[in-house]
Amino acid sequence: MMKPQQPTGIIGYGVYIPRYRIAAREIARIWTDGQNGVPVEAKSVPGPDEDTITMAIEAARNALARAAIPAEALGAVWVGSESHPYSVKPSGTVVAEALGAGPWVSAADWEFACKAGSEALTAAMALVGSGMQRYALAIGADTAQGRPGDALEYTASAGAAALIVGPAEEALATIDATISYVTDTPDFYRRADRPYPVHGNRFTGEPAYFHQIQSAAGELLRKLNRAPADFTYAVFHQPNAKFPQTVAKRLGFTDNQIGPGLLSPKIGNTYSGSALLGLCAILDVAQPGDTIFVTSYGSGAGSDAYALTVTEAIRDRRERAPLTAAYLARAVMIDYAIYAKWRGKLVMG
Amino acid sequence: MSIARHWRERTVRYRLEGQRHRHTGEVRFPVRPPALDEDPNDWEPYQLSGLGEIYSFSVIRQAPAGFASLGIYPVALVRLAEGPLVTAQLTDCDEADLAIGMPVEMVTRRLMDTGEDGVLVYGYKFRPCLR
Repeated sequence: MMKPQQPTGIIGYGVYIPRYRIAAREIARIWTDGQNGVPVEAKSVPGPDEDTITMAIEAARNALARAAIPAEALGAVWVGSESHPYSVKPSGTVVAEALGAGPWVSAADWEFACKAGSEALTAAMALVGSGMQRYALAIGADTAQGRPGDALEYTASAGAAALIVGPAEEALATIDATISYVTDTPDFYRRADRPYPVHGNRFTGEPAYFHQIQSAAGELLRKLNRAPADFTYAVFHQPNAKFPQTVAKRLGFTDNQIGPGLLSPKIGNTYSGSALLGLCAILDVAQPGDTIFVTSYGSGAGSDAYALTVTEAIRDRRERAPLTAAYLARAVMIDYAIYAKWRGKLVMG
Repeated sequence: MSIARHWRERTVRYRLEGQRHRHTGEVRFPVRPPALDEDPNDWEPYQLSGLGEIYSFSVIRQAPAGFASLGIYPVALVRLAEGPLVTAQLTDCDEADLAIGMPVEMVTRRLMDTGEDGVLVYGYKFRPCLR
């Protein structure tokens, strides 16, 4: 279990979800004549002028608005993603410049499949908790890619969540402790220069998602000597609608605890944004004194688990930026043809 | 357009940074070099709020080179809350929703992809206010 020398917490948070959605049934119409079941209702799709950098910028602006600190107070701008627009040139450089955080700032990109954002969060806790910086921005953002017709195409979506870590006494939610669990498990990967990731079908379930999450979450609960019932809310990485509900039940969490943070049925798997977006949606409704249990998951594979406690500061800060519900409400459905065009799946010859 | 020009304009484009006169409070956007009769020290960088309203608009149906992937897209003259009038693309809106006087807010989006071996150009657009 990890705790920084000086307690830290989240002083500002923000989300971004593109306005466009494609129904999973529309994807099934193309590939299975609509015959098979679908893993989510719909997934978010980035517009033609959106990518990981633009989504990260908006989520971060929302986080800064809630924190009410100037951008130049940030000591780090770290972007976790597996869909950075450049292979070489950090997304963090553009995001930091757009926020006005530079030039005296650490900026870097993090990579760990769907838990790149939580890796950045743990590092931000360390940077702040060690006293090296007062504030650090950790972002999870992705415009996830799925090969046409592949199971991933039904869920691989787009979204971003930004968390500003600062001293616990300024926090709207303190981070009481965290833990990381990592094994070499090749459940999902993308080789260099390949356009789409591949996955190990059923292998992605038990030895990958469930083993990593149950290990990290179970160990953090044991180390804290707390039970699932001690938490008001919980959120787990959401590759589809079923997995997070199943792992929650196995660990002893109820549907009511995970309900407010369960976004995948409406927007799919936002990859690096997923667990952090769920956390932000919970912060949108949480009250002072509420406790939140968070566990991310990244293929490859590993999980980061966190225990948080909401403070009085949530009351004033929540309304300073758009709530997750505002982004969910502006959904505009598109068909597969528009989706294929925007996602670069048409070969122009 | 060269990489250097995109780079020079990054603060203006990414975050709508303009200028403010230290004494009169006048706000200028985009940034201009001081005129011959102006003291360069009178103008300081100024972060605009990004809020404004549509002063006028049009819809581009024959996209110029570099913008064809957007298909048909709206552009507008936006009267910024601080006073300046700026030309920009609108995004995240339907043609039927466009109206003079509509409140809009700045977002940073991808303006242009200059090719597989080129840079990605980011900059301001405006969309109907989210709330």
